[in-house]
Amino acid sequence: MHLPRERGPLSSAVLTALSGDGPLDAVALVERVTALSDETDVLVDDDFHLTLWTMYELHYRGFDGVDDDWEWDPELLRLRHAMEERLLAEYRFATSEWVHASMEATGDVPTRLFALTEMVPGAPLSSYMQREASREEFVEYMQHKSIYHLKESDPQSFVLARLSGRPKVALAELQYDEYGAGRPEQLHQALFAKGLDVCGLSSEYGAYIDLAPGSTLAVTNVMNLFVLRRSLAAAAMGHLGAFEATSSEPCRKVAGGCRRLGLPDLVASYFDEHIEADAVHEQLAFRDICGGMVAERPELLGDVFFGAAAYLFSEALAGGAMLDAWREGRSSLRSGTGDPGTASFETAVAS
Amino acid sequence: MTAGGRRSVVVTPCGDGGPILVRGADVIEDADGTAHVVTRPVVALCTCEKSQRLPWCDGTHKAVERGRRRREGAA
Repeated sequence: MHLPRERGPLSSAVLTALSGDGPLDAVALVERVTALSDETDVLVDDDFHLTLWTMYELHYRGFDGVDDDWEWDPELLRLRHAMEERLLAEYRFATSEWVHASMEATGDVPTRLFALTEMVPGAPLSSYMQREASREEFVEYMQHKSIYHLKESDPQSFVLARLSGRPKVALAELQYDEYGAGRPEQLHQALFAKGLDVCGLSSEYGAYIDLAPGSTLAVTNVMNLFVLRRSLAAAAMGHLGAFEATSSEPCRKVAGGCRRLGLPDLVASYFDEHIEADAVHEQLAFRDICGGMVAERPELLGDVFFGAAAYLFSEALAGGAMLDAWREGRSSLRSGTGDPGTASFETAVAS
Repeated sequence: MTAGGRRSVVVTPCGDGGPILVRGADVIEDADGTAHVVTRPVVALCTCEKSQRLPWCDGTHKAVERGRRRREGAA
């Protein structure tokens, strides 16, 4: 994919270095991160999250014209570590109330995790998609979702090698289903790509990165922070479980919205698939994976709750930003950049 | 699945109105005798009977449980 466009001093410095147009002064950049003022909302800041997103992408498919070995560049990792520590601190603070309540709660691990998913206030995004969203808003929704769903489940594959026993087997079962259970046409990433295609959107990996606001990028950044750090493997699995446990019901609503808007069946079928799949996956993630990890190492309980709460909080921010924009009558996407695929809905619906 | 014989079917109830997980089955036959082909490594069978995608679980038991708690809270 192409390198994204800069959004401020941090992303400018990193993108300049990756392009080979200048050296990376990590010491100066770390100082800049440390000195970020309280007015900078690190949870959703555009420059902050595009910078992290760009660094994480080096672990996946990289960028056209950028040396793949930037993935393990020590200066880049030094900057990433400073940014991660800042983001982690913000997330630990923001989620502490729910994590604390879950630690104090009684019941087995999956019961407390399911209760946690109902404790964190979410944005009513799926209800809006079901009942109110216009076609234009639905197209925007698909563009936001493309940031993660075109690499759906890939982040969690990083964790597989770090688990053992029952949790490893359950994550492998879950991932096998996500990866199509032996049928390439059922690969969930490919199902989502088909949905983008029939909406008249680009299914090219990373096509909408320049349009995605910091709040949307933060959802994948938090996920990547957890999956790439072995010390946070339990948080990564709590995060996965919360994702799966808040998926079936919303997917049913979003599929209903697809049908209300008369969108091509292939769009709804992606969401239909997740109604059933994620009703299985939430059980695997909370019972076998999270429950199994805590049974083996009880000290991981807090991390499992933290990961779950962090996912729910990141989605609430991203969904809230989308709903705020639409209620104010504006686009939820960033503007002013060359749009790689303007949706041609009339064509898509007619075909 | 295994070299030496037929794979075994493993059934795991989740309890509390949640589904029953089934591993290793090829077909699930419902009460009417209709056969549902299994296409996933693990499937979740609805036990609350409120699923809109029977025999599969669609997570509705959680909404049912929320409603029950709401009514208890209001009572």
